[in-house]
Amino acid sequence: MSVSVRIPTILRTYTGGESEVSAEGDTLAAVLDDLDASYSGIKGRILDEAGKLRRFVNVYVGNDDVRFLEELETATPDGVQISVIPAVAGG
Amino acid sequence: MSTLLDENTTGTPSKGLREGAFGNARALACRECGHEVALGPSYACPECFGPLEVAYDFPTVTREEIAAGPRNIWRYKALLPVPDDIEQSPNTEPGFTRLLEAKNLARELGLEKLWVKDDSTNPTNSFKDRVVACALSAARELDAKVFACPSTGNLANAVAAAGARAGIKTVVFIPSNLEKPKQVNSAVFTDHLVAVDGNYDDVNKLASEIAGEEEGWAFVNVNVRPFYAEGSKTLGYEIAEQLGWRLPDQIVIPVASGSQLTKVDKAFKELIALGLVEDKPYKVFGAQATGCSPVSVAYKAGTDAIRPVKPDTIAKSLAIGNPADGIYVLDICRRSGGAVEDITDDEVREAIVLLARTEGIFTETAGGTTVGVLKKLVESGQLDTSLETVVINTGHGLKTLDAVSDRVGAVATIAPSYDAFVASGIL
Ligand SMILES: Cc1ncc(COP(=O)(O)O)c(C=O)c1O
Ligand SMILES: [Zn+2]
Repeated sequence: MSVSVRIPTILRTYTGGESEVSAEGDTLAAVLDDLDASYSGIKGRILDEAGKLRRFVNVYVGNDDVRFLEELETATPDGVQISVIPAVAGG
Repeated sequence: MSTLLDENTTGTPSKGLREGAFGNARALACRECGHEVALGPSYACPECFGPLEVAYDFPTVTREEIAAGPRNIWRYKALLPVPDDIEQSPNTEPGFTRLLEAKNLARELGLEKLWVKDDSTNPTNSFKDRVVACALSAARELDAKVFACPSTGNLANAVAAAGARAGIKTVVFIPSNLEKPKQVNSAVFTDHLVAVDGNYDDVNKLASEIAGEEEGWAFVNVNVRPFYAEGSKTLGYEIAEQLGWRLPDQIVIPVASGSQLTKVDKAFKELIALGLVEDKPYKVFGAQATGCSPVSVAYKAGTDAIRPVKPDTIAKSLAIGNPADGIYVLDICRRSGGAVEDITDDEVREAIVLLARTEGIFTETAGGTTVGVLKKLVESGQLDTSLETVVINTGHGLKTLDAVSDRVGAVATIAPSYDAFVASGIL
């Protein structure tokens, strides 16, 4: 499955400045692995040492926060847009 | 992304920033890992995504110097990331709101000493004018072209008004189901009120994406958030100063994203560190509405893991389902011996009327939530009634009239005659 991933500013050093890149995978975990194969080290910024989503990052598959779905096991259908966004407080 | 400033080096910012643009601020430091970046429009730690906060080299500040300052938040300018000439720039000059001793409410609830810090009297009638004033200063110093925010309503009001006064273009984003008065209160100040089909968390996501793409936009609570958040400290400073330079024993604060609560705690700690108040323990309590209470749920479950929720409550200003500062709220409330509690929408409505009937203060749903939680904490014994307590009213009731308009109204409709009045039985 080919998906597009929106990259937050602080991770664009890994993608050569690209704000949107494509990746392959049926689940978010697989997409992150594929992303890491192309942009080495990027996965370790999104996941912590235990391999879980870092506290202050929100990942969306389509418009849904994966914490409402299956977290890293969330399915990533072909063509879906994935967004990686820092969590910010203050509304 | 806004390339307003290089973000990977520490120390004094260069790139066109004037000397002292951020006052005594030294750098932005990650609250999680301590990593520092230069002062600029950065908000997430490049190492761990943790929130960046303003770190300072504070000078010596005396009570007298502060007391000699203006009767607004700029009296604390030495402790904020703003230039020394901040008073020369048009702003809404919020702050120095009243701290009222609430004897009637205290009697009603069985508390010995209670104060209401009434922030509903700020220029756009919520505490958000404080944070926006600091964000506006940062936006100016960074030469931003657009002043923007995602908001649950009050912030949009404050951004739109401050931007109008400063003569900078504003674009404010809100959930489309927001209370009508809050929509009007923004639209009257700006051509660019954007209603988004979704809840606050959706609006926040959109704003983060725009902030990542558009140059020259200062989103007050996204890319200039570290500066914005510092404005909330002034609530804490004022409470201490108005109590005669001492800290209260207990304080009850509403929680949406959790930013304000953490900044009141930061303010108290700074005052202690600066020797402006005596060091003493104080308990911090957080208030949520049950329909959006992820922090309260985590508090009661005894965990650090905050599960996001889809909000469903009349307390729309507190309806943030994925509160980024939630874990800090848990930590502060637990460590200080406080708690986080939540109440139902009916209890929110009751508390709005209670505060109005006891103290003559008309609060919005956020204040209803806070006063209602205060009541619940007393009833459950979690709050010590012998200790001096402060409750914060963060917004004005005219913004959420619908919340109580079904419960209050004319007791009778009578003809304009004395006989009709007598017949009504009111006497
Ligand atoms: C009136 C009012 N009180 C309290 C809050 C909560 O603020 P925070 O997000 O800093 O927890 C808000 C947030 O919008 C608000 O509008
Ligand atoms: Zn960090």
